This record gives sequence, structure tokens and C-alpha cells, in this order.
Amino acid sequence: MRPFEYTQGESVAHAATLASGTGQGQTDAATQFLAGGTTLIDLMKLDVLTPRRIVSLGALSDANEKIELRGEELLLGGFAKMAAVARHPVVLAHCPAVAQSLALAASAQLRNMATLGGNVLQRTRCTYYRDVSWAKCNKRSPGSGCAALTGFNRNFAVLGVDSSCIAQYPGDLGVVLAALETQVMLTGPQGARQIPFTSLHPRAMGRPHIENTLREGEIITQFRIPVGAVTRRSVYVKVRDRASYEFAIASAAVALDLDGEVVRQVRIGLGGMAYTPWRSLEGEQVLKGKSLNDAAMAAAAAAALAGATTHGFNDYKPELARRTVVRALQEAKAMTPAREA
Amino acid sequence: MTNLTRRSVLTAGAAMAGVALHPAPLIAADGAATDGRAGAAGDGRAGTTTRVRLMVNGRGHQLDLDRRTTVLDALREHLALTGTKKGCDHGQCGACTVHIRGERVLSCLTLAVAVQGQRIDTIEGLSPPEGPLHPMQQAFIDQDAFQCGYCTPGQIMSAVGCLKEGQARTDGEIRESMSGNLCRCAAYPKIVAAIKQARGRGERA
Repeated sequence: MRPFEYTQGESVAHAATLASGTGQGQTDAATQFLAGGTTLIDLMKLDVLTPRRIVSLGALSDANEKIELRGEELLLGGFAKMAAVARHPVVLAHCPAVAQSLALAASAQLRNMATLGGNVLQRTRCTYYRDVSWAKCNKRSPGSGCAALTGFNRNFAVLGVDSSCIAQYPGDLGVVLAALETQVMLTGPQGARQIPFTSLHPRAMGRPHIENTLREGEIITQFRIPVGAVTRRSVYVKVRDRASYEFAIASAAVALDLDGEVVRQVRIGLGGMAYTPWRSLEGEQVLKGKSLNDAAMAAAAAAALAGATTHGFNDYKPELARRTVVRALQEAKAMTPAREA
Repeated sequence: MTNLTRRSVLTAGAAMAGVALHPAPLIAADGAATDGRAGAAGDGRAGTTTRVRLMVNGRGHQLDLDRRTTVLDALREHLALTGTKKGCDHGQCGACTVHIRGERVLSCLTLAVAVQGQRIDTIEGLSPPEGPLHPMQQAFIDQDAFQCGYCTPGQIMSAVGCLKEGQARTDGEIRESMSGNLCRCAAYPKIVAAIKQARGRGERA
């Protein structure tokens, strides 16, 4: 690990003023924010991230970790710990997919450490990105190429990829937040603003070293999820190589509002599959207003994967994703949602 | 050398290392002298230390540490508390599990400078030196829940957290809640049995 300066942010506003050089997720950003540390410290030990300065946000936790239902919105503090959100009764009742995505992620220790804001900004698990002995990585060294294109790319993305990067977004929560039309509240040196969660992670587009759309010094303070019948009937299904403590090879977030068998509203998110947290409007479009039977589920799953691009070892992914989407639709259809509060 | 134990050798070694690494005595009171800037660019040595206050097992410590020092390395290399083990050093094995502010966390991914003044509890503080073992420690012995023992301190600290969090109602729940602690000897069935034994006898904080 390289030496660094260390500064303690005392408040969101104070931390933002310390944050020159945070960039937009570039590995060579001069300044890194430290929250739970579960990604940052790991990647600093691997010499992937080499900040000259760390601004600790630990002191901000208490003021920004609240979880509450306000009107028709579920508010999740950006510094809430994964574990606290996963077991929160309001989350379980109004947005069970959020709780499930967190409970199925990482380990108990990591869930006690990691914040929601840090979780959604976690770095890819791409082995070529994480191992600096590989020279080719456009995400780490812009313009150097992508070793994964012709490498061992079994758990690499098939949606939203291009020839500059096929790294997979590794998170679970982000998939649910993308599907459920979440808004992200930010505070930075220029004040507060709000963006849709789906605009937080840009596509690679030849510049995969740009990992997020945050402005310099901006901090995620809160997530706002509009809740209703559709989020109360929501599930997160995760498929992985071992039963626990593993990243997804495929996952699906599904939320449903049903009128008998007929789909009033539906949301579909895909994980372990795409370059960014992925919402499939194509899959949702197939189901809206239709009767939710086996044929409709299969058609929606097919539409969701229509644009998949595979690279050899990950040829299995589209079919696994289709089956995962169908499974999640079946589970959401079968579930008994909590009653409206 | 009549009473030579592994612990006394390690303690002496750590004390000597402390002298070698920190020839200047700890600077008193104000602490400002060491809370400075990084050293000259790229140097990587000079000016990278800072005064860190750690509260471990109820005792306060002031250490001059390189800012890069994790809680794990502070415990093992500077406080001679070697019960907490270094396995992967990347948050993947759970051997370094300690409790910070009462929650089980990974000390290898936690910078010491970031948890100053916060309550840190390690395996050494789980039961009093002369008193009875913590029920979880006793359960691991009773159930033979280890072979080589290297992962055991982390397993026990994690298991105490698992019970405290109420995530030990079924065997499946225990296995899921303990999945962050790897055991290369694969003592998993007996670890589950030990947690069930401790669960049955009630939990001591």
C-alpha cells in the first residue's frame, strides 16, 4: 500500500470541501473517500488504487444512516450499513427485494462494515482489473486494451458491453435500486442535487475508467425509492457458484403489481450480467397489461436478453439469465406481500 | 528462561520491534507533532506516521503508527495481541474478525487511524484471564470445533456476533451467517454444533 495523507471529514459539507481530486472513479484519482473501506483498502493493498489522500467519512455515519418511510417514499441513508437495512422491518415490508439483495451479498462481517453509498460504488471484480500484473486494462490504464476480451471471461458482462471493457457490475443492491426507479441524493462543493440511480453508472463507451457520474467531491447522502403495491411484491433471486458469500453469476430483481393475473406494473433488474446495474425496460414492456403466464414470462425474459453479446467462456449467461428472470417472476407472483401500512 | 512461553516470546519480540521502529519516545499529550502531512513525494517512509489512540479490550493505547496500519496489524505487531489471525488479508476468510463498537467486522480491511477511540474487542478480551471461558469458547472445546485452530479466534468472534444478531435460529441460518469464516480443516459441522450449544446456554455479552 502506498503512503497517503489522512483527513477526517467532520460533516458532509466539510468533507466535500476537502475533496479536490476525487474524480469519477478513476483508479489514479488523487483523493479517495473512505467509508466502510471494504473495497478501498482491499484495492489499495493490491496497488490498484493509489490515492495520495484519504478523506474519512466515518464521522458522517450517525447523521446519514437513517432508514424511514416518508409518505410514498422509502428513504435509505447513504451511510446506513448493509446489515441494518437488510433487517429493517420497514424495508422488509415495503421493499423486500432491497432487503434480500443485501442479505444475499458479501458476508455478515462485510455487511456490518459496508455502507449503502459505498456498496453501489463498489468496483468490478474483474480479475484483470484487480491484478496489476496484467498490462491491458482500459479501466485501470486508459487506452491499454482489455485482457478479458480474449481471456478467462466466464463471469463477465454480456449486456451493456463494448470492446473497451466487458467487466461486470458486481453488486446486488444496485440492481434492485435500478429496477425500482430510485433517486440518489448527493451533496458536493456546489450544494445538493438529485439524480436517477440509473444515471449514476455510465456505460464504458470507450472510457471505462470513468466509473460514475458524480461531480468532484460529491457524496451520496440518501437513496429515495418510490414505494407502493409494486415494491411490496418484489423479490431478488441470486444464482452463484456457491451457496453463500459469493458474487452473482446471474440475478434478477422483479417487482409486480397484479390485478388478478394481469400485470398492472412490473420492474425487472438484472445482475451478474451487465456492465452497469441493469434495468430491462424491454422485458417490462412485454409484460405490461398482459396475463402473467409461462409464455409471457418466457417472452419477457427473451426480450431482456435480446441484446446480449458473449465472449466465449460466458456464452452460458444469457440462458441462465432468462431462467433466472422467469424464476423471479414466478416467485414474485406467488408471494404474499405485506399489507399497505 | 524457565517460564518461557510462546506468548512471552511474542510479547518480548513485539516490544523490541516497537523500540526499533520508534526510537523516539511517544510524544506526550498534544500529539500534534506526529499528526502531520505525508512525507516528501514518493518517499513512502518519512512523515507517514501518526498518533493513534486505540481502545482495545477496555484498555486505552497510544501508538505511533504508519497511517497504512490496519487494526489487524496494530493488534498483532504493536500490541502483541496475536490471537487475531491474519489469513488472506483481503477480507475473504474471516480469520481477522474482531468486534468494533460491538459489531463483528474484519480488522484486515479497517485502518487503525479510522477507528480511534472506538471500542475494539478481540478474542483475548472475551473472557477474563483467570476466569471461566466465554460460553462460546467452551462450546468450541466441548464440540471439538476445530482441527488446526488457526481460524478459530475469528470463528469464535464471528459466532458471538452471530448469536448477538439473532441469526442462529436454525442450522441453515447459522451456516449462512457464518459463511464469512473459512475453515480449511472443514470443521464446519462441529462449528455449527458449538454455536447451538452456546445458544442453548444463553449468551454472555
